[in-house]
Amino acid sequence: MNAILANIGFWVLGITAVVSALMLITRENPVHSALWMLLTFFCVAGIFVQLDAEFIAAIHVMVYAGAILVLYMFVVMLLNPKSTGFIKMPFKVILGAIVSFVIFLQVMMTLMGADVIKTSQLTGISDPNNFGNIKLFGIELFTKYIVPFEIVSIMLLVAMIGAIVIAKKD
Amino acid sequence: MLTLAHYLVLSGIIFAIGMTGVLVRRNLIVMFMSLELMLNAVNINLAAFSNHLQSMTGQVFIVFVMAVAAAEAAVGLALIISLFRNRQTINADEINTMRG
Repeated sequence: MNAILANIGFWVLGITAVVSALMLITRENPVHSALWMLLTFFCVAGIFVQLDAEFIAAIHVMVYAGAILVLYMFVVMLLNPKSTGFIKMPFKVILGAIVSFVIFLQVMMTLMGADVIKTSQLTGISDPNNFGNIKLFGIELFTKYIVPFEIVSIMLLVAMIGAIVIAKKD
Repeated sequence: MLTLAHYLVLSGIIFAIGMTGVLVRRNLIVMFMSLELMLNAVNINLAAFSNHLQSMTGQVFIVFVMAVAAAEAAVGLALIISLFRNRQTINADEINTMRG
């Protein structure tokens, strides 16, 4: 029963994510693109829940849907751009689609040849002491990866200052 | 039964869609959105391998990827605003002053 539900969840979330991603890149109005991107983000968050990453799912919704998407909407409304935004020549549109399809096929062929695919049961994160996802995550982040964490915080500070300096009027 | 391959193929499809968006669209804002889509595909990949290898390391790296995505969005959109102020366009085909 549980496996069936997981299957249904995966297919619903996966197909919705793919369809909304396709809608994102084909809408002419950037506002519509942003709203389809919101649906994609929610589906990806659901996929994270399926993969035993509940904390990641929560911060994914908060950061992407709450912060980044609002930033995009602000910029779209601020600029009110006129261009519909496709390449003028249809030949080049088809060429771009073919190029990315070929790269997709290459990735899939590499995957199917890999050993890890053949023995690929998803066992779930082991949690012997019943800590829960967030505590396991915190232990990993603040013991093994404390230096990268500090570097990321400096990077965010630099990006913030850089964004202010770049967008400022002279 | 759901296996690792399901999630990897899903992330591959989303990555390919994002790449198509970057190649085909000329609106800089939509190109940035497609870039976020590609980073999302990478995140699904990391989460799937984190589950398969029973290790939290993948999830930690998802947070780092998210931080990079947020920084990239902030700086990129600031660049777009600065560009629009100077050139009155965000169409990548019209920004060709530097073409040799």
